[in-house]
Amino acid sequence: MSEMTMEQRLALNHYDVDTEAHIKVKPDVCQECDRQPCLYVCPAECFKFKEGKISFSHEGCLECGSCRISCPREAIEWSYPRAGFGISYEYG
Amino acid sequence: MVVGAGPAGCAAAYTLAKAGIEVLLIERSKFAGGKNVTGGVLYGSVLNELIPEFWKEAPVERRVQRHVISMLSEKSSVSIDFNTDNSGHPESAGYTVLRAKFDRWFARKVEEAGGMVITGSRADDLIWEDGRVAGIVAGDDKIAAKVVIAADGVNSLLADKAGLGVSLAPDNVNQGVKEIIKLPRETIEQRFNVTADGGAAMHFLGFCTRGIHGGGFLYTNQESLSLGVVVQLKALIENKLKGVELLESFKEHPTVREWVKGGTPVEYSARLVPAGGLRMLPQLYTDGMLVAGDAAALVLATGRALEGLNFAVASGVAAAEAVKIAREKDDFSQQTLSQYAKLLSESFVLQDLMRFYGAPQFLENSRLYGIYPELACSLAEKVFEVDGNPKMTAWQLSREEMKGKISLWQFVRDAMAARKTL
Repeated sequence: MSEMTMEQRLALNHYDVDTEAHIKVKPDVCQECDRQPCLYVCPAECFKFKEGKISFSHEGCLECGSCRISCPREAIEWSYPRAGFGISYEYG
Repeated sequence: MVVGAGPAGCAAAYTLAKAGIEVLLIERSKFAGGKNVTGGVLYGSVLNELIPEFWKEAPVERRVQRHVISMLSEKSSVSIDFNTDNSGHPESAGYTVLRAKFDRWFARKVEEAGGMVITGSRADDLIWEDGRVAGIVAGDDKIAAKVVIAADGVNSLLADKAGLGVSLAPDNVNQGVKEIIKLPRETIEQRFNVTADGGAAMHFLGFCTRGIHGGGFLYTNQESLSLGVVVQLKALIENKLKGVELLESFKEHPTVREWVKGGTPVEYSARLVPAGGLRMLPQLYTDGMLVAGDAAALVLATGRALEGLNFAVASGVAAAEAVKIAREKDDFSQQTLSQYAKLLSESFVLQDLMRFYGAPQFLENSRLYGIYPELACSLAEKVFEVDGNPKMTAWQLSREEMKGKISLWQFVRDAMAARKTL
């Protein structure tokens, strides 16, 4: 078995993606953050460091809460997706 | 009213429904279990008290007849491999489960018992009346309730709103990432040497987390394997490692590679597991509300086990029992609901957490994940090596291998600490 990319991994899962993000990130606060643990702790790699900025996309979120617990700057406004949206595990 | 159709919420709702009490169980996922992941084994005895002979009807995967604990170095492994024929004792055996199937079954049991289950409904907020919790807000609906049992998981936003939230922090929470790998039933039975309904539960220490605080697991399901790593969030952050990287290298380990060979990954999942033990236990109840399961951090992490499913079921039942008492008195005040804490302290839930109070601190010892698994493998290699040179005794070999890595004094101290906590 060869290694999979994160896109391939997440493509295994079933999602009902909401148009609106359930997690809101304040990139200007992240700008000041020297640790940026979100880049490591998000198991779906929803946080990326692009062009000198943290960017976030909610589509692949596994709703685990790792970013919520790890953010040292309170830059994350965390909630669950609206009812019926988000990840839907077939195995779990 | 119960929020969250996991094992804690279902056990609570089932207990209430069985007693003929009107109960509503709400779940934010489209179906019960759709948001839920496990990295553990369900031990039968607790659920068996609630639903006798549950294994006959519940969608359990395999009865664990083989337990393996392995210590890994980069290329080797040393294992304890326990096999037993426990087919005659299904009530005390452990079972591998897949939560999307299992929780759905459990929620159906709640309905069968007369409870009402609403899925696809997210509890957004609490309704307060005269300083007590009096129901929940779900979208546009306001649902009044005499009492709310919050069993909404490790990220319990409801408990937070009631001021009962667990203070989760990177040093008291572990992150689990898991892959489900599909394999034919016969391949699993031959490869793991298990019977048609039997299975294996394997736990790993060492290289699976590249020596940082955590461990790996491999469970056999009926037609798939659950392979995962569980790592302390703080350790990931400090070492700038990702759970998925550890999962990949764990999967490529020479020992593990053979177990999963030829399988097809079909799902990738993640979750958090509270791991702070008794020290992180929140206030468990307030006027009109109780907290159960992961929402109350009721998980036992001892190094020997990371046990949450049983604790969830038992705490759900205890919360329901406390509600029954409150209902008889028609008094849902904090004082009456304190019966919940009393019931928990009389059960294994708080007794185990008390007994292993020191375990989370013991597990902070980085040698458990680095030096010791390395040492076990290198020692085994020397023991089994025949190179034509005069042989040393096992003791001489051990001392030789420990040289420069760990002092005898340190080793003895760790062993003493292990004796107390494991």
